[in-house]
Amino acid sequence: MDTTKKTIILFSGDLDKALAAFIIANGAAAMGDDVTMFFTFWGLNVLRKSVAPPHKKSFLQGMFGGMMPKGPGKLGLSKMNFAGVGPKLMRRVMRQQNVTSLEELIATAREQGIKMIACKMSMDVLGLSEDELIDGLDYVGVATYLGEADEAGVNLFI
Amino acid sequence: MSVVELATLQVSKTVDARGTSCPGPILAAKKGIVDVKVGEIMMVLATDSGTKKDLPAWAKKMGHDYLGVLEESGIFKLYVKRLK
Repeated sequence: MDTTKKTIILFSGDLDKALAAFIIANGAAAMGDDVTMFFTFWGLNVLRKSVAPPHKKSFLQGMFGGMMPKGPGKLGLSKMNFAGVGPKLMRRVMRQQNVTSLEELIATAREQGIKMIACKMSMDVLGLSEDELIDGLDYVGVATYLGEADEAGVNLFI
Repeated sequence: MSVVELATLQVSKTVDARGTSCPGPILAAKKGIVDVKVGEIMMVLATDSGTKKDLPAWAKKMGHDYLGVLEESGIFKLYVKRLK
């Protein structure tokens, strides 16, 4: 099989942008591509568990941790967020149109063997520890991502 | 292929992706094709009209032969011959 490779950086923690990233990633994997997704900064929130064990954090990290969305169910929209009403409306329309939810897309990405790597440096800045994120991730630095991107024919920054 | 040729094809596997939206139908095709022997035909049922363009693109990339589509009351029947 002629397999090519794609890399996607998810920097955004917006619901709409995360959906785009996971639809493209799943589509590419369905077409036989090897896909790596690199999660950094706000994009890490997409991988957060809704409930995580408590951690000792600095005051600022605690603020970040408390104010940032805990997982895919809590993400806002990049436009028309309307203080959190927007995502609810978006999800309703998506259900009506039979569009797969972000949670299902993440599960499908794992079934398809999409490699998910998380930026350790951003995790430290935002005060996120490994057990606050979903299992099965690799915790890496920029060099790992760049090594993956060197092998890829397409690289997206979302 | 003509409509008659498509309608009379010997299908060895039917994949039902009705009610799913992008990228559901190609995910279903990926899962389904493994049950089809080389040279045999898979039929994908879909209701998402984007599939009419997406499945040929998927087949081309995966090295299979896209044979065509039949449309019946909002349901698309798309035919792919497994080549490898």
